[in-house]
Amino acid sequence: MPQQKEQRAYRKPLPHIDEENRPWWEATQRHELYIQKCRDCGDLRFHPRALCTSCLSSRTEWVRCKGGGKIYTFTVTYQNQAAGFRESLPYVMAWVELDEGVKMLTNIVDCPPEQVKIGMPVEAVFDDVTPEVTLVKFRPAR
Amino acid sequence: MSLSRKIAVAGVYEHPTRFAPDKSMYQIMAESVRGALDDCGLSIKDVDGLLTAGMGMGPMGIVGFCDYLNLTPNYLDGTNIGGSSFVAHTAHAAAAIHAGLCNVAVVVYGSTAASSRFAIGTGGGHGGGDPCDQYEFPFGPTTVGAYAMIAQRHMHDYGTTPEQLAEIAVTMRLHASMNPVAKYRDPITVEDVLASRVISSPLHLLDCCIISDGGGALVITSAERARDLKKKPAYLLGAGETVRHAARGQRDFLEIAAAQSGRLAFERAGVTHKDIDMAMIYDSFTITVLSTLENLGFCKRGEGGPFVSGGRLRFDGALPINTDGGGLSSNHPGMRGMFLVIEAVKQLRGECGPRQVKNCKIALVHGTGGALGTRHSGATLILTNQ
Ligand SMILES: [Zn+2]
Repeated sequence: MPQQKEQRAYRKPLPHIDEENRPWWEATQRHELYIQKCRDCGDLRFHPRALCTSCLSSRTEWVRCKGGGKIYTFTVTYQNQAAGFRESLPYVMAWVELDEGVKMLTNIVDCPPEQVKIGMPVEAVFDDVTPEVTLVKFRPAR
Repeated sequence: MSLSRKIAVAGVYEHPTRFAPDKSMYQIMAESVRGALDDCGLSIKDVDGLLTAGMGMGPMGIVGFCDYLNLTPNYLDGTNIGGSSFVAHTAHAAAAIHAGLCNVAVVVYGSTAASSRFAIGTGGGHGGGDPCDQYEFPFGPTTVGAYAMIAQRHMHDYGTTPEQLAEIAVTMRLHASMNPVAKYRDPITVEDVLASRVISSPLHLLDCCIISDGGGALVITSAERARDLKKKPAYLLGAGETVRHAARGQRDFLEIAAAQSGRLAFERAGVTHKDIDMAMIYDSFTITVLSTLENLGFCKRGEGGPFVSGGRLRFDGALPINTDGGGLSSNHPGMRGMFLVIEAVKQLRGECGPRQVKNCKIALVHGTGGALGTRHSGATLILTNQ
């Protein structure tokens, strides 16, 4: 049962999934990335929440993203004592600006850290870290 | 601001400890309260307002501290907005005194971060409970990493160099060499900073604040009452506070809370940048100082690199910063805002010996809490001895 073994081995923090954010996390399990758009004022938002932060409307449209974006800024982390991360040093943490116009904190994967640059085009990859949780990471666009 | 010059910091005390495995956090806090009351000549019986925050306290820590010291104040403020908390507390205490809610307020802080081996900057990874945390902690953000991303973007947009950031650390160490209680006092060079290992690119070990134990306290009262006490009062001229965060995914990350809190503090104080004789700027990392100075308006956005170069921030430079040695060299028990206020008051009193800024009449304090690259608070004070 290699998958169960992997699950036990995963030591990094996992998100708390609740009724408000469950649709977003379920979408990532289907390898789909969504942001939210207010049906009243049109404002885009990420992370997902029940109300528009600009007009407090609850009328929300889920907008599916194509998965493309650019690295807005990043850091190569060489020190982190936390379980799960200390075994995977160095790793790249970045804010990626999606083509749809919002920024997400994420990891840059499938790329040597020294080749990561601000402005680099990237594409979403879906990392099924446990049976319940899929994280959206990014790799250089192909 | 209607309370300008009506409220004063009357007593201050910085606990000299930098490593206290023999003391509890509450003991350091209580010793700090005693020190600040002794400094101005008031007694614990005079205290009717208490403001505190701490990383090691429980959610109701302020009540626990009142229990420890058998206090029953008429005004309580346990606002915790990170390392800037005590800077904000100073303004909150002033407002409370001005409104008649209390007469003598104590702001207090203590921490045993070093002796408890608490990894402040690089212990990231534990998930918080707030909605925003769920989209960040899985990717391994650390405090230093969140600041490093600001530095990386600043370098990309404006050509800011590691050497320019390093000069900030070198200046703080020079100041620490003149502070007998500073933790690290041996001079360093720009080359030393650049040769230290990278913790989170582009920040090196010596771009990062140290970890120490420590504590401190402030006694705040009306200007009228402060004038009859032992030490020369430091009057509050103006204050401001706010936050910056991911802004629903649409943030300009090089704009930080200081842009708003600083503008408010200057407007409320009725002074301009040229009037500031010295500033205490939270230096969790070298980039924190550069970004804060830009956002406070001491230089234009993007000009922070050249601005911090050439000795400008030295105690004898054009804009002396962190004359105690800052968090980069003197002490950093996790929430350093307390020491910013203490050193500014000491400078306004002329108590700083070899590191004293000449003719220091107006000082600015800016505390940052949290992380510039994810979310943070900013609190600004402008104080004067006139
Ligand atoms: Zn709306």
